[in-house]
Amino acid sequence: MGVAPVEVEQPVTRQDTALDAPWVTVVWNDPVNLMNYVTYVFQKVFGYPKAKAERLMLDVHHKGKAVVSAGTREAMERDAETLHGYGLWATVTHDA
Amino acid sequence: MSWDAFPEGGDEAIGSAAAFRPVPGGASAFFEQAQAGVIRSLVSQIAELVSADSNAAATGPASNDMEAQLGLSSHAELPDDPVLARLLPDGYSDDPQAAAEFRRYTEETLRSAKVASAQAVLSSLPPDGGEVRLSEPECQQWLRALNDVRLALSVRLGITDENQELSERLLPEDPRSAYVWVYQWLAYLQDSLIEALS
Repeated sequence: MGVAPVEVEQPVTRQDTALDAPWVTVVWNDPVNLMNYVTYVFQKVFGYPKAKAERLMLDVHHKGKAVVSAGTREAMERDAETLHGYGLWATVTHDA
Repeated sequence: MSWDAFPEGGDEAIGSAAAFRPVPGGASAFFEQAQAGVIRSLVSQIAELVSADSNAAATGPASNDMEAQLGLSSHAELPDDPVLARLLPDGYSDDPQAAAEFRRYTEETLRSAKVASAQAVLSSLPPDGGEVRLSEPECQQWLRALNDVRLALSVRLGITDENQELSERLLPEDPRSAYVWVYQWLAYLQDSLIEALS
């Protein structure tokens, strides 16, 4: 499929919501980011309760990566962009 | 990720490591002049690094000026400098074309945000040190700025395994060894700031 523009203000199209879902945001482990920082970021960015944020953080830590959110491609790109702002390495991919 | 948020004991330089504590509406910490100098120098270097490239792009041909105004980056590829590559990572790991497009639309904003975080630290941390009291939004900027500095240092120090003893990895005569304690202290400082906000 084509590469859609990702401007934040652009409205989500019907095609994005219906046909493109589910896309996911993946966070990758790294040796630098503190565990409590990663937990904090997941709570702050996604509004997850602490228990869920911790579980995802531990998944990243032990499994090397974890899916932290799912939805439209545009929403996932916004999530990845936000996580990059916090210094986490996040990528967008199709849920396979 | 690293468990190792606490500096090793016995090092004079971090013997009295500054740490944040919670205060109403934010967090506060006391910094010695030398500590303030180290942080100011490092965040300034990050700001320079992430803005240098984009300034070059913005002063290019007219199309680039327009791209700059729209917040679009003329960059499509992962930066060559490994530190920049870590600070401005790809948004797709399995699709180079999508990664390039993602970068074009997000990189300028990301660079600006990193410069803003660095500037927030510089404007709240006096060069002579002293008591620093941060609002909650300032704490957020500090967290990001300290994290950017640690990411950059980790690349320069060659930290690839969180379980490896840093001090064993560099020879004493290696000029980088001076930055090992800085890296550890900043982890300690960042950790204290997260705890203060929790």
